[in-house]
Amino acid sequence: MIGRSGTGKSVLLKHVVGLLQPDRGTVRVNGIDVAKLDEGELLAIREQMGMLFQGGALFDSMLVGENVGLALREHTPLPERQIEEVVAEKLALVGLTGTEGQRPSSLSGGMKKRAALARALATNPKIMLYDEPTTGLDPITADVINRLIRRLQERLGITSIAVTHDMKSAYHIADRIAMLHEGRIHAIGTPDEIQSTRDPILRQFIEGSSDGPLLPT
Amino acid sequence: MIDPETAEQEDAALAAAPWPQRFLFARLQNAGEIFLLVGSALREMPSGVRKTGLVFEQMASIGLGSMPLTVIVALFTGAVAAVQAAYQMRDYVPMIYLGTVIGKSVVIELGPVLTALVVGGRVSAAIAAELGSMRVTEQVDAMETLGISPIRYLVVPRLVASIVMLPMLTIFADILAIFGGYLVAVLTLDVSGHTFTSGLKLYFKLQDVFSGLLKSVFFGGIIATMGCYYGLRTEGGAEAVGDSTTRAVVASCLLILIVDYLLASFLFRVLFA
Repeated sequence: MIGRSGTGKSVLLKHVVGLLQPDRGTVRVNGIDVAKLDEGELLAIREQMGMLFQGGALFDSMLVGENVGLALREHTPLPERQIEEVVAEKLALVGLTGTEGQRPSSLSGGMKKRAALARALATNPKIMLYDEPTTGLDPITADVINRLIRRLQERLGITSIAVTHDMKSAYHIADRIAMLHEGRIHAIGTPDEIQSTRDPILRQFIEGSSDGPLLPT
Repeated sequence: MIDPETAEQEDAALAAAPWPQRFLFARLQNAGEIFLLVGSALREMPSGVRKTGLVFEQMASIGLGSMPLTVIVALFTGAVAAVQAAYQMRDYVPMIYLGTVIGKSVVIELGPVLTALVVGGRVSAAIAAELGSMRVTEQVDAMETLGISPIRYLVVPRLVASIVMLPMLTIFADILAIFGGYLVAVLTLDVSGHTFTSGLKLYFKLQDVFSGLLKSVFFGGIIATMGCYYGLRTEGGAEAVGDSTTRAVVASCLLILIVDYLLASFLFRVLFA
């Protein structure tokens, strides 16, 4: 999902997990209207979803390992040893082996995002939502994250929705790209289709040019 | 579900209304939201208190953390009560009543209320700032997406800890304030220790102590609720966190005084009358 800042991309993601309620219309996840669920049903559907927030949103009152293991400790009867194994496995998956005992505040921006990704993956979600996964990262770290997202998709079959305005990342991770503009899906297509578009608005956005129908905000 | 168009029309009508109406509506809205928050906290209370680790953590930070402050406040409250009471009583009332006056005023009013105001300032600000920062950094949202209720995980432990610790701090403050009054009386007012303590015991009623502690239970609830409410409704950035913190402190202090009056009226004019 691409689009300019303030067009409601993050808001859209928050509707998918039921953090926000739509004023109009419906949001369906696997055919189920998220807004109509009661708390228990919402909880059940959220267990199949993971979300990576823009700044990572790690709980800074807890250690990295506690962050990653929190959902397992809360929702599963797994013994402590097994939880620690899962935590170590998920941290290894994002390349952060051995950081369990660190405070989130001591991690760099990229490490925070990766740790948050490990936390979102702890319960083996079937759907992953990424809110600007590469924003604020250096190009190399951004590539690490892009590859991770792609790998999770291919190896674990996770359905992913990513919100971004990093076009390089979008081409890398997406099977389909949609552009949100003025509250509507302005265009949708494969990365190749998007790249070869003649639509002036989409063209201007993907080229990142200030000349064209879109004005600077 | 509310029809969005009606809601939009109502919002527009409200924005155009003169300020007294807008003010009144905003306060009513606050009150409604606070009751909803308390309602859901009570509903999640049984499962929330089982998070004993979190509750104890909050008890330590709210209770133990406020003790140094309470010591100073209580000692000086008692001391100043002694000086003022002695000044008012001079020439008219025998000094044996000094202990009585200090004991009663401390246990009924000064102990619970001043402790609540001072601890309330500290604790509601801390809660609002912490939850507000968590809100603006999306930690509260993250918690929900992990299927963990912020009410159960954040609000309930703070509410329970505050409700339990405020009466404890009040008992502690009552004793220290009376001790402060005693010290001033004996060291600077020429009242003997024996005179002071017999005055203290003269009209001592246990119900006075209980009324003070009952009030502090409510004050504890107010402090945590205001901190949580204003913290969780924070929207924006650092400035918004500061704003929420201020609102939480102001609201808890005002509510403490208002509820103090209501409870005093109920306790001393209805229950003990």
